[in-house]
Amino acid sequence: MSETSKLKPGHIQGETGVWEMVIGLEIHAQVSSKSKLFSGASATFGAQANSNVSLVDAAMPGMLPVINEYCVEQAVKTGLALNAQINNISVFDRKNYFYADLPQGYQISQFTKPIVGEGEINIDVDDNNQTTIGIERLHLEQDAGKSLHDQHPSKSYIDLNRTGVALMEIVSKPDIRSPQEAGAYVKKIRSILRYVGSCDGNMEEGSLRADCNVSVRKAGEEFGTRCEIKNLNSIRFINQAIQAEAERQVEILESGGEINQETRLFDTSTGETRSMRSKEDAHDYRYFPDPDLLPLEFTDSFVQDIKDKLPELPDFVKKRLVNEYGITPYDASILVEEKDYVNFFEKAATGGDGKLTANWMISELFGALKKENLLLSNSPISPETLGELIGLISKGIISGKIAKDVFSEMMISSKKPSDIVKEKGLEQVSDDKEILKLVDKVIADNQDKVKDYLSGKDKLFGFFVGQVMKISQGKANPGLVNKMLKENLK
Amino acid sequence: MSDLLKYDLLGASEAIKSKEISSVELTNAYIEAIEKTSSLGAYLEIVKDKALEMAKVSDENISKGVSRPLEGLPIGIKDMFCTKDIKTTASSKILDNFYPTYESTVTQNLWNDGAVMLGKLSCDEFAMGSSNETAAKGNVINPWLKHKKMSPGGSSGGSAAAVAARSALAATGTDTGGSIRQPAAFCGITGLKPTYGRCSRWGIVAFSSSLDQAGPLTRTVSDAALMLNSMASYDKKDSTSANLNMPDLMSYLGNSIKGKKIGIPKEYTQDGISDDIVNFYQKSINWLKEAGAEIIPVSLPHTKYALPVYYIIAPAEASSNLARYDGVRFGQRKEASSLDEMYEATRGEGFGDEVKRRIMIGTYVLSSGYYDAYYLKAQKVRRLIKEDFENVFKKVDYILTPSTPTTSFELGKKQDPLTMYLNDIFTVPASLAGLPGISLPIGLDKLGLPIGIQLIANSFDEPGLISTAHVLEKSADFNFIADGAAK
Repeated sequence: MSETSKLKPGHIQGETGVWEMVIGLEIHAQVSSKSKLFSGASATFGAQANSNVSLVDAAMPGMLPVINEYCVEQAVKTGLALNAQINNISVFDRKNYFYADLPQGYQISQFTKPIVGEGEINIDVDDNNQTTIGIERLHLEQDAGKSLHDQHPSKSYIDLNRTGVALMEIVSKPDIRSPQEAGAYVKKIRSILRYVGSCDGNMEEGSLRADCNVSVRKAGEEFGTRCEIKNLNSIRFINQAIQAEAERQVEILESGGEINQETRLFDTSTGETRSMRSKEDAHDYRYFPDPDLLPLEFTDSFVQDIKDKLPELPDFVKKRLVNEYGITPYDASILVEEKDYVNFFEKAATGGDGKLTANWMISELFGALKKENLLLSNSPISPETLGELIGLISKGIISGKIAKDVFSEMMISSKKPSDIVKEKGLEQVSDDKEILKLVDKVIADNQDKVKDYLSGKDKLFGFFVGQVMKISQGKANPGLVNKMLKENLK
Repeated sequence: MSDLLKYDLLGASEAIKSKEISSVELTNAYIEAIEKTSSLGAYLEIVKDKALEMAKVSDENISKGVSRPLEGLPIGIKDMFCTKDIKTTASSKILDNFYPTYESTVTQNLWNDGAVMLGKLSCDEFAMGSSNETAAKGNVINPWLKHKKMSPGGSSGGSAAAVAARSALAATGTDTGGSIRQPAAFCGITGLKPTYGRCSRWGIVAFSSSLDQAGPLTRTVSDAALMLNSMASYDKKDSTSANLNMPDLMSYLGNSIKGKKIGIPKEYTQDGISDDIVNFYQKSINWLKEAGAEIIPVSLPHTKYALPVYYIIAPAEASSNLARYDGVRFGQRKEASSLDEMYEATRGEGFGDEVKRRIMIGTYVLSSGYYDAYYLKAQKVRRLIKEDFENVFKKVDYILTPSTPTTSFELGKKQDPLTMYLNDIFTVPASLAGLPGISLPIGLDKLGLPIGIQLIANSFDEPGLISTAHVLEKSADFNFIADGAAK
């Protein structure tokens, strides 16, 4: 165990040496659009089964797809945010296969000429390290419907509400080397999508899902044979699935076996992956350009207009937060994960100490919200009240310790911190004379400890500070207490 | 013969407008004609009540002084067009019980313009065929030499037969590789395939999306102009529809073609064309010359690849377009114990042999490992065929060719699919290039079967096509009536 704990993330200690993971991700992001990619039907989540189905979605005879321009804009916007090549001419292809929840018998997707080409993004691996992950492509495609197999003993039910909803498939290069990086990559993509507003990134509702391609190799060797794990809908599952799959592959390889290229599913109850279909059973999708749709063409100015309207992106905001507020890059990377966080932070930090605000938000507020199972948008503490609290601390009106009590009270009552401080008389005592009285009392009451201290037991200094704070009920200004104790303990 | 049947579309329109006849009278005459000619099997569905209701509205309009372009004119609709609440089967068993909840754009345009709907006309199953023999409900009989049971051609065989038999004043058709022009030629009537994109494909059962185009089958060139005026429209619901205004085609009738250049492609005078057709082809050339046109020999060198290219691209698209007929949401379903078995049973029973053959070919040419050699190569050659035409149209205004290599054949005689495919040898190239073409009758062969001639124009030059065809029509003065027509 101690040996494995020394391993770098993404490395597996086998009998024959250390193995490295090679991971590529295909993220399916549902475009935040009111209507579907090729039909006017609503794309809203959670409607009654088969209520958002147009004639086109149901593939009635003679029905034809018409591209939703809004979805095209979202794809271009996202491509720009991924620092990627935008292809002014792209082509929709048909991916042919039979399934009950695929009414047309084909999915309209983009195969050889996607709307967005190569790009790259930076991810934060840990506090100090960033790495770059290449983007292979982004293309637009239709989602399929949903098969419900548990509604009837011998029949399957089909819900076509999701049929034809626009997806962006974002394919990474095989640049990811650990489950942690995979998680960071997904988080980064999700935050970019949310910043530009092209996808809500909601993994629970399935608007963001990932397929993971995993292989293992010894350092410096060629890529191994990969397996694809389909349809993972949380970062935790992505982590677990990659780890489990890589371990499975190492075990096979080390016992002299070979990896079969195949599609696998992750069983969340066992934490293992299992085979879904082998390469031999893989569909021949018979891709060909959809003759119902002309090639998708747009001008440079169409792209430029979108570029001009692009909002600040996470990397930019992060740099700005570090520069403007002096917070650490790591704290900044947490805050930029969500646009909400940044907005909250910037409001709370007005007029106060940025660094202190970041600390309070990340460790206290996020912790408290998590405990209460609340989102930041439902926080009982507003950016204004948190800002006020930070102000009270930095002006020395209350101590950090008292602030925590005030904070707890704010979580319950939503009261202003100044009101709580006033009501409870929690103002910090910063009056020299008051504090000197307390210091004198503590020194007088603990003469034996004073002797020990003066004979060299420096560690006892903390004890005196604690005593003063205690009899002041935490209200004494800790800086002044320190200073006066030092002056008087001689 | 009922006097009312003698009117062609334009004539009937004038008679209705001048209140010489009423639409109800005319419609009744056609309903009677449909009954009299029912042995031809042209109609799959007759909507008598609806027809009379529409005719009544037209008569009321006329009495109020309102008259839309096709006011009160009874026409038939090929079963490839989805018609609201009226059974639409594409002549296939798999759609045996399909009642669309929507109306195709083209038919809606016709109803908006006052046309009266008589019913749905038979065709080859999913428009795949050149003899109307692949229709699930059986073949249609050509009204010409009725006793000999000749093929009306296909796939718009029911439409052509109905117009020739005078059981419809005009009809709609769809043309993918010749499905309007070839049956028009076989049945001695006029058939016009517009430029790809002229008519919306919305609501037309898809066969081959990059080729399918709706058009009229009529007695005369003027009638074709009148019908196409209404059928054509830009439609946002069809992404391949052309955003171009169609000029009023009626105003191009009677235009002189003096000085116009007519191209005669040397590749179209090959072996296997019947002597009678060769003779009438020459006659047509002479008529155009007499009308002041200049005849110019041209070459379309890639024409010889047109059929193989067509029989790769059309089946490829069809194999995908027909995937939706899976027994899940509409049409016939054969129950089975698993999903795959249900598909197999449903499609195995629902599709006929020709449709299955083309699905198989299409699936094959798109398969990985074969895609490049077949589909991709075919697309490249299609481009070359298109370029051939582009080059020729730099030199000439129109191209004249026979419509078909032979006149109609006896039903059941052409069993070999490849021989059958040769029927479309003159019509397929223009389809691949997306160009408008018209076939009009110019004479009868020795047996007494109609011969058609084809004019091809440059993209969106339907007006010029109409002018030229109109001149040719006058010269040919084809005024024979099929022996099997309603009397």
